[in-house]
Amino acid sequence: METQFREKRAAGRKLLVPYLTGGLHGWQDAVRAAAAAGADAIEIGIPFSDPVMDGPVIQQASQMALEQGATPVSILQEVRDLDVQIPLAVMCYYNTVHHAGHHRFATELRDAGIVAAIVPDLPLEESGPWCDGADAAGIETVMLAAPTAPDERLPRVCARARGFVYSVGLLGVTGERAALASTATALAHRLKAVTEVPVLVGVGVSNAEQAHEASQVADGVVMGAAVVRRMLEGGPDAVGQFVAEVRSALSA
Amino acid sequence: MSLMAEPSAAGRFGEFGGRFVPETLVPACQELEAAFADAWADPVFRAELDHVLRTYAGRPSMLTECKNLSEQLGIRLVLKREDLNHTGSHKINNVLGQTLLAKRMGKKRIVAETGAGQHGVASATAAALMGLECKVYMGAVDVARQELNVFRMKLLGSEVEAVHSGSRTLKDAVNEAMRDWVATVETSHYCLGSVMGPHPYPYMVRQFHRVIGDEARSQSIEMFGDVPDVVVACVGGGSNAIGIFSGFVDERSRLIGVEPAGGAAVTRAQPGVVHGMRSYLMQDEYGQVQEAHSISAGLDYPGVGPEHSYLASIGRAEYPNVNDAEVIEAFQLLARTEGIIPALECAHALAWIVRAAPEMQGQTVLMNLSGRGDKDVAQMMDVLSK
Repeated sequence: METQFREKRAAGRKLLVPYLTGGLHGWQDAVRAAAAAGADAIEIGIPFSDPVMDGPVIQQASQMALEQGATPVSILQEVRDLDVQIPLAVMCYYNTVHHAGHHRFATELRDAGIVAAIVPDLPLEESGPWCDGADAAGIETVMLAAPTAPDERLPRVCARARGFVYSVGLLGVTGERAALASTATALAHRLKAVTEVPVLVGVGVSNAEQAHEASQVADGVVMGAAVVRRMLEGGPDAVGQFVAEVRSALSA
Repeated sequence: MSLMAEPSAAGRFGEFGGRFVPETLVPACQELEAAFADAWADPVFRAELDHVLRTYAGRPSMLTECKNLSEQLGIRLVLKREDLNHTGSHKINNVLGQTLLAKRMGKKRIVAETGAGQHGVASATAAALMGLECKVYMGAVDVARQELNVFRMKLLGSEVEAVHSGSRTLKDAVNEAMRDWVATVETSHYCLGSVMGPHPYPYMVRQFHRVIGDEARSQSIEMFGDVPDVVVACVGGGSNAIGIFSGFVDERSRLIGVEPAGGAAVTRAQPGVVHGMRSYLMQDEYGQVQEAHSISAGLDYPGVGPEHSYLASIGRAEYPNVNDAEVIEAFQLLARTEGIIPALECAHALAWIVRAAPEMQGQTVLMNLSGRGDKDVAQMMDVLSK
């Protein structure tokens, strides 16, 4: 994923990574719609019982998916049928990884065609065992960088990041906000100054305008709650329309 | 070295503990770790804490010998009376420590989770005393079964938010408090109510509760010239148990932590990671955290503090479990024989003592009576009228 992202960046393209909760009814069609509408990669959420980094929309989607019987195994099975031409990443909480075992989980991701993983409750200091397993299986581990991080921490986070650095846009959990937080561009600036790894802003990037604003500094954006809300309200078609709208704002 | 020494630099007790939090919270945990180490080593802070424990919380709490029940059970049963502390439970020890620390760190607001409402009431109380703003998250199920404590918290000037996600009990209240803290970390301190969560919480909260064990040890020696044969406490997250264990872990006393049958994380002994820590955790075959079920809201937690997992894994403490029927019996037994209505949580500890008494004949058994049962009277009125 990182190689592709660097090439696209060099060609002047801003990167767009929509998030979709895996296991929801129709989620595979939503992934296909987002890919067709110009997404550069898709982040597939593996629902967890206790998603502490997620706000109400993604919590609701996770709970629905779990109630519909989704499991890490069923979602990875369904990933095999996706047949989209862009990189696929998973977002999962650490207990999902820990429970399966680091090496086994990384291998299962690879075998399903996943190329990267984001584990939002696994900070740098605790990431060693997972990153070793992921590196061995060829899974790129996206590291999160937070607005609260002191300057000395950011280069260490970036040094461990593969795929891209997830620049957390605000102090808070996932969800849509009326305006892009000032912390979003501030942190992206700080990260761009210390790393060559692509920097994408996520958490609180809520619409095409905010995506455009964030990408003036960053290499692109991750959009979660705004996408998932459209999935819940309008299904895969609404997701495709929204991704196309953001894509055109980023390319403007 | 004590079996309950400081955790490793990475916050580990053996293979348990750690700091599994979003990046946003890492600097706050590091700041808290440094601030606590500094305060704990500072005689001025310790004197201030000691003063407020004595003149506000009512420490030291006394030991009560249960003459009637002892005779009935064939053991010598002694209670450590944490129920007589201000706010009615041991929880006040920890919140007075944490709120003093929060003030020292310049925080203006605290966030807390609560199950039965005891930690919420204690937090609201300490916040009022210290002039801090306080918001308490409580599962909607618990709000319904502990409405008196909800009213108490509001009376004390705190905001109480009912949590409707997940199982709508303690675990979900922790999730919501953590979400609040992620958003407000620059001005707020998360006043976690048990020996759980990311490092330094399990260690810090244990240090604030070790006063229970330190007092109980010298009181035991004064009362019967020896340490007890058996020390018993209930375990949800495990703060009252770790507090009393800390006074006896390096002695010959057996240590017993009693879990509810529907929340027996240690019995299942399956390590997992949630709420910032690696510890024993009730989970399904895919690692989804399971809901705990118990008659007492304070023990409705699917995990356990990491130091308990450690003490269990090395065989130093035992963690049996009791069912709701045994708890209901024990609750009434203490009331009838000794004139003390225990919190339903502590009735778990007594239920185990009743069950195990035939094998402990003639032994001295110290039980931590960590809270009073006033909060449970309305619920028990329903249960017993059926």
